[in-house]
Amino acid sequence: MKTVDIVIVGGGPAGLAAAVAAKKAGNDSILILERDHELGGILNQCIHNGFGLHTFKEELTGPEYAYRFIKQVYDLGIEYKLNTMVMDISKDKIVTAMNREDGMFQISAKAVILAMGCRERPRGALNIPGYRPAGIFSAGTAQRLVNIEGYMPGREVVILGSGDIGLIMARRMTLEGAKVKVVAELMPYSGGLKRNIVQCLDDYGIPLKLSHTVVDIEGKDHVTAVTIAEVGPDRKPIKGTEERYTCDTLLLSCGLIPENELSRSAGVTMSPVTSGPVVNESLETNIPGVFACGNVLHVHDLVDYVSEEAGRAGQNAVKYINDGCKDESSAETIEITATEGARYTVPSSINPERMDDLLTVRFRVGDIYKNSFVSVYFDDERIMHNQKRIMAPGEMEQIILRKSQIQEHGGLKKITVKIENE
Amino acid sequence: MEKRELTCIGCPMGCQLTVSMENGEVLEVFGNTCPKGDIYARKEVVNPTRIVTSTIRITGGDKERVSVKTASDIPKDKIFEVMKDIDSAVVSAPAHIGDVLIKDVAGTGVSVIATREIASV
Repeated sequence: MKTVDIVIVGGGPAGLAAAVAAKKAGNDSILILERDHELGGILNQCIHNGFGLHTFKEELTGPEYAYRFIKQVYDLGIEYKLNTMVMDISKDKIVTAMNREDGMFQISAKAVILAMGCRERPRGALNIPGYRPAGIFSAGTAQRLVNIEGYMPGREVVILGSGDIGLIMARRMTLEGAKVKVVAELMPYSGGLKRNIVQCLDDYGIPLKLSHTVVDIEGKDHVTAVTIAEVGPDRKPIKGTEERYTCDTLLLSCGLIPENELSRSAGVTMSPVTSGPVVNESLETNIPGVFACGNVLHVHDLVDYVSEEAGRAGQNAVKYINDGCKDESSAETIEITATEGARYTVPSSINPERMDDLLTVRFRVGDIYKNSFVSVYFDDERIMHNQKRIMAPGEMEQIILRKSQIQEHGGLKKITVKIENE
Repeated sequence: MEKRELTCIGCPMGCQLTVSMENGEVLEVFGNTCPKGDIYARKEVVNPTRIVTSTIRITGGDKERVSVKTASDIPKDKIFEVMKDIDSAVVSAPAHIGDVLIKDVAGTGVSVIATREIASV
């Protein structure tokens, strides 16, 4: 069986950044396995700009951002296999994969980095009543058709969900001559960035209807009309508020789900909140030597944060190998609990021995908070109390913990992150 | 006096801004809760600009479309004229990131450049 130090599952933004960082940290035995026919992942179809402001201090389009990392993979001579589907990862880190050239093959790895990304929530997971005709696409599928294949999915469009991909596609379809009639959002706030609401909807006079959902889809062979209705605080449609829109296309932009089939079958412990692996300060899962980063870990809002996080996973994988692949799963750790407005944290535990001098802890809030405080407690003592003008579920928040701070607080058992009004 | 309503894009607050104007000059910005809103509103009402991104048909390459952007921002009211030029253009492979594919698009003086690598086949 072939042996490799680090196998990276996925050649999107997370996998690329992890590979580059691992190589720069001194490891020469890295293999990226990518199921698509090219590296770069979803960035290749995200042709709009706005990527890279944090990483490169300039505004790039998705393909340009991806290429900054792809070029480094080429220049550093990092090995990768395209058109290759990983079928299984075992607890002892044997990766089973297949492609047309090699057939089915196995690789024994010292460390595995999970970087499979996420996928869109499909219609089947949304319980939308009505017929099941052609013309219903996830926003990302439509994005691929328009931007990569060069096809228009339709001419008269209704969009359900105001996630960023849905907003971006509202503008994209409009620029290519389609009429986007309405964007309906179930929640009383949008899940997308403010900038996208203004520049993708307001710029083109596309109405955004908050607290609305689709209650009927008409059309036997192809979509002919969609009916939306207002929903109450219980998110159930209110009778009498129905509005019917004739259209040939319905796009769905209703959330992203980390793609963790491989993680689950490997025995990785999952978080019910993020649908991603539970990880420690090294972004390591409960299986020693298996790391996770990017949208497979938790859905990010900015790719810059994915690259930064994945880089740390790559460095930590190298450190794990250089330290002799030690199982530290029974080491003393400090739990990080998210409560009262904070939905989760990544990581969710810290081994103070292994943590870097500064550790970024990312989290999301469950509602819109104005002029509230992000508070961090070490056991019962509040050690951080930062006021934020606004926090929204669509935007990731972060706190930075210092190693010295934790060491000074001898015998620390529990760190709590919460949102407080005062 | 003329009044314009805007939503600030500076942060997720999304402050509703009101700009009072006279003879095309900004008199005052209301509704912002920080200086970002003031700066955004003054630029947006006098000279709104956008980067346009799209794709252009490419022949003889390993892909059907090459993604593109305007090399700098163009006046907002020129977006659809720029799109017309982009949609009628056909280029041939190869293309490299930064290659100029359309010069002076829609008379804006701005080029349309490739944002992805396309190899010849």
